[in-house]
Amino acid sequence: MKPRSLFDASERRIEARALPYDIADVLNFALTLEYLEAEFYETGVGTQGLLPADVRAQFDQIRKHEVAHVAFLRQVLGSQQISKPAFDYTGGMGKKNGPFADVFSNPVTFAAVAQAFEDTGARAYKGQAANLMSNKTVLQAALQIHSVEARHASQVRRIRQQKSWITEDSRGNLPGITQPIYNGDANKFHFILAQPGHGNSMSEAFDEPLTSGQVLNIVAPFLATRA
Amino acid sequence: MEKQTQSDDWAGTLSGPSSRRQFLQRTAAGVAIVAIPSALSGCHVLGAIGKPKLDFGDDFGVLNYAYAVESLEAKFYQTIVKSPPRDLKPGEFEILRDIGAHEVQHRRFFKRALGVLRIKVPEIDLSSIDFTRRDTVLAQAKIFEDTGVAGYNGAGKRLKLAEFLTIAGKIVSVEARHAATLRDMINPGSRDFAGDDVVDATGRDRALEPLEVLSMVQPFFKSRLVIAGL
Repeated sequence: MKPRSLFDASERRIEARALPYDIADVLNFALTLEYLEAEFYETGVGTQGLLPADVRAQFDQIRKHEVAHVAFLRQVLGSQQISKPAFDYTGGMGKKNGPFADVFSNPVTFAAVAQAFEDTGARAYKGQAANLMSNKTVLQAALQIHSVEARHASQVRRIRQQKSWITEDSRGNLPGITQPIYNGDANKFHFILAQPGHGNSMSEAFDEPLTSGQVLNIVAPFLATRA
Repeated sequence: MEKQTQSDDWAGTLSGPSSRRQFLQRTAAGVAIVAIPSALSGCHVLGAIGKPKLDFGDDFGVLNYAYAVESLEAKFYQTIVKSPPRDLKPGEFEILRDIGAHEVQHRRFFKRALGVLRIKVPEIDLSSIDFTRRDTVLAQAKIFEDTGVAGYNGAGKRLKLAEFLTIAGKIVSVEARHAATLRDMINPGSRDFAGDDVVDATGRDRALEPLEVLSMVQPFFKSRLVIAGL
């Protein structure tokens, strides 16, 4: 499934394209998620008194990677890159009073939003891999980012006293509005094979992709402006 | 635990390697693929009758490569769970047991998906690993998981069928969760879960070519994995 763009065609740069349109579209979709994550961690790690020192260092490592992902994708996209949208990390669609209103004053809320972003990010990249098969260099780079997002997800889950892996489609101790991030992860049909049974290990052993449409629905509350 | 039964691979309903192969190709591609190059097919027939040959000429070679590595990982964790180190910290056994169960599921998936096209994985020899000590077990687990992640990252581009790439993607992120978890068990609360030794300045994990991964895992197999098509 081709990703829906957050932006109208008129807002896209019209310069000569170095990358095929469909590849650039996928990378701009990824860039949007990386913009979302990078600014989130920049703000959180930069907010004095929000995070205890040991946890802050771990989030700083994640921050470093998300900032690097933004820089890398922008470099690959060149003139085709989209610009950064405005975000509302409370999940209030720009009203700054969403369900995560204390995201930058309460470390528990900050970590919860971080888990939501990382588990979403890993599933989002997974859903786009097949759309990058025509360009092996870009595909491999995307896979290399994908596994870093999964490492982040694992660590944030451990910080939050959760298992590193997703059991069935459980959101664990996250609030109900995050459930779409986990929907579909209990899938036990892989390729052409059904693999039912085997307790929790079957669902835990396979992370499931999200379509771009599902991802955009998940992140929509965090966008302050929708072009 | 995996049951090594014939019903596990439901290959008996197909008449032989090449028809199964065509069936898989048809199903995966969603269209009828009329002909499979007989030379490639022959390689897999050889594989099927017991030679541990990995032919990277097509997707089934890549899947067999993953099958071999997942088999090694599964056996490694099964050995730990059977007789865990006495100096594990509280909660660590459960984590290693979970990871092992995931690797068994991965092995089981590839075994069933490949059916008669799967290679015979050489006998696994883990005698060089000291399973009595927490630090050696965790250090080896970390190596296996980091290598697994890098191996999938490097192999993705070799896959021609989107369905197989998606499956590899479903598995590699779980391997990355394992790697990060083991790294955090070894050095808790540090930056090591995604340390600068595995994630570069562009924020990307490692990607290794099959030959690099196979040279790392070969010492744990009693006979040589024959590699072709690279």
